[in-house]
Amino acid sequence: MNDATILSVRDVEVAFPAGGLLSRQAILGVAGVSLGISRGETFALVGESGSGKTTLARAINGLQTISAGEITFEGQRIDTLGKSAMKPLRQRMSMMFQDPVGSLSPRMTVGDLVTEPFRIHGAQGRNLKAETKRLLSLVGLPPDFAGRFPHQLSGGQARRVGVARAIALEPALIIADEPTAGLDVSVQGEVLNLLNDLRERLGLAMLIITHNLHVVHHVADRVAVMYLGRFVETGTTEDVFDAPAHPYTAALLSANPEPDPDRAHDRIALPAEVPSLLRRPSGCEFHTRCPWVQDRCRTEAPAPADIGGRRVACHFPLAPGARPPAHRKEPA
Amino acid sequence: MSVLAIETLNVTFSTEAGPLHALKDVSFTVPERRIVGIVGESGCGKSTLINAILGLLADNGRVTGGRILFEDGNDLVGLDPTAMRALRGLRISTVFQDPMGALNPVISVGRQMVNIQYRSGLSKSAKLARATEMLELVRIPDARAALRRYPHQFSGGMKQRIAIAMALMMEPALLIADEPTTALDATLEVATIELLKDLQRKIGCSVLFISHHLGVIAELCDEVVVMYAGEVVERGDVRQIFHQPKHPYTMRLLECDPARQTERTRNLPTIPGEIPDLRARPRGCVFAPRCTLAEAICAAPQVERDIGRGHRVRCVKAVSPAEAEA
Repeated sequence: MNDATILSVRDVEVAFPAGGLLSRQAILGVAGVSLGISRGETFALVGESGSGKTTLARAINGLQTISAGEITFEGQRIDTLGKSAMKPLRQRMSMMFQDPVGSLSPRMTVGDLVTEPFRIHGAQGRNLKAETKRLLSLVGLPPDFAGRFPHQLSGGQARRVGVARAIALEPALIIADEPTAGLDVSVQGEVLNLLNDLRERLGLAMLIITHNLHVVHHVADRVAVMYLGRFVETGTTEDVFDAPAHPYTAALLSANPEPDPDRAHDRIALPAEVPSLLRRPSGCEFHTRCPWVQDRCRTEAPAPADIGGRRVACHFPLAPGARPPAHRKEPA
Repeated sequence: MSVLAIETLNVTFSTEAGPLHALKDVSFTVPERRIVGIVGESGCGKSTLINAILGLLADNGRVTGGRILFEDGNDLVGLDPTAMRALRGLRISTVFQDPMGALNPVISVGRQMVNIQYRSGLSKSAKLARATEMLELVRIPDARAALRRYPHQFSGGMKQRIAIAMALMMEPALLIADEPTTALDATLEVATIELLKDLQRKIGCSVLFISHHLGVIAELCDEVVVMYAGEVVERGDVRQIFHQPKHPYTMRLLECDPARQTERTRNLPTIPGEIPDLRARPRGCVFAPRCTLAEAICAAPQVERDIGRGHRVRCVKAVSPAEAEA
């Protein structure tokens, strides 16, 4: 960890009780992950639905208690803090939730919505009218939007209001959960440009959660690929996109539908069955779907190792451009 | 032969602030055994179009002109509710973004799949066999046991596959799929597209596929209809639309897809401006206020023209390949 690190997550686990009231059974939604984010950096979490991305984000924000590990934010350990001690920190770390319209109260005006953070955190003495104007202009909305209600906004405009709320208290870190899900491509670009612009102007660090790999490619400095609550590969976006080393990353990248009907699809096909968190596979947890699986993978869990500047949890990391063994190309 | 032919369809909603012209002169066909994709951004009229086809427009919505011809030239506009009900689920079926909208959470999957065959006249065991067969077709492992399980016991991708199995069980002539892969991640999205393609061939139905994901449309569809602000601005086969888009809106939309940006960029293209107020449509081209190529002539009403091999564009400035050479 260096001085610029503002968020550090070490070996964090989140356990959920499973199997009824009296059962001791638990499932690990997040099963031991570590990451660090520096000032001005954008870090992306990718992975399929249910892989633990949102749970990890909620754990960082203190909305979810963790069962192991530690989380440090701006030099202070935060996972052990109570609700009231956590509250002032939320000014420094804001969260943008999924569903742009649904995360805005339908009975509040845009003006009330963007200044709500000031009222919650008791920033007295502020001229809220002036703040509204400043925030709306920062996110590129005309001042007269202050009087509108959420149902009068388009998806993109609602997202902008969400961004304004997130930056109101000048946080050091923004956690954005699927910031572009459900938005049209033209609006998606607008929101990502806005986030990039604010990151530069305000020196924000960002944690972006998404399953859209094209989005990651254009906004993130570093990326972590999550599978069943663990990071299978972490590295700079360029490295990971240019030459994925983990078979799951490679499959995910090759599965991305491209807007070209004639593109030859050289896809790595995976069996569609995602294992249950209640019955995690033995050995490497990806072995049940991996086209490159070998005997060792079925019994021995791979420890994450540093390979060419990134961390990969795989016994047999892929060489650049590797293709699955021919006899397994079409898993049943 | 087309399964569905929409002819100059107009739909208007009455609102407090006056009539809202949601669909204007929409025409296109869905040929037999073809997959037709509809692309367009939120507010372009995709949902209104589906609801008009299914006879499910909201109370304040009305078809104010045009025809919706289904199968043997049966006009669905003004069809009485009983006749419409006989078509829905049997000849026309639907799959939506959220599979839980189609599945009852407190009834086992098998029972639901048997129940929806109530018009088939089959025996109970034949219905069960058919349900098992459909689950196998959508690649649900251990189909027989799956019939006894409840929707929450399946993953999101599996639930969507079960919804697809239910939609196709009665072998409809037309499947309307509205953003069925939007909630899935890349690997499951691709698997679902391939499954749909495969089933469409096996059953021999047509599909009307709605998505704002251009990559999915490019991969799945034979023909594409591009909508903007309630109008069809361009239509043609998938290669015409993706390789030689002629309408400025289509061109801009394709440019905006981050997937088209092969170089990493922090400044993604956008289409500045907003969709016009549909209560006060511009007299001329509906895209002109946002179009960088607009000229004086664009203020006049636009007509749809065929610029060659079925590629139709509603833009006065679009030129056919032959005209471009001259």
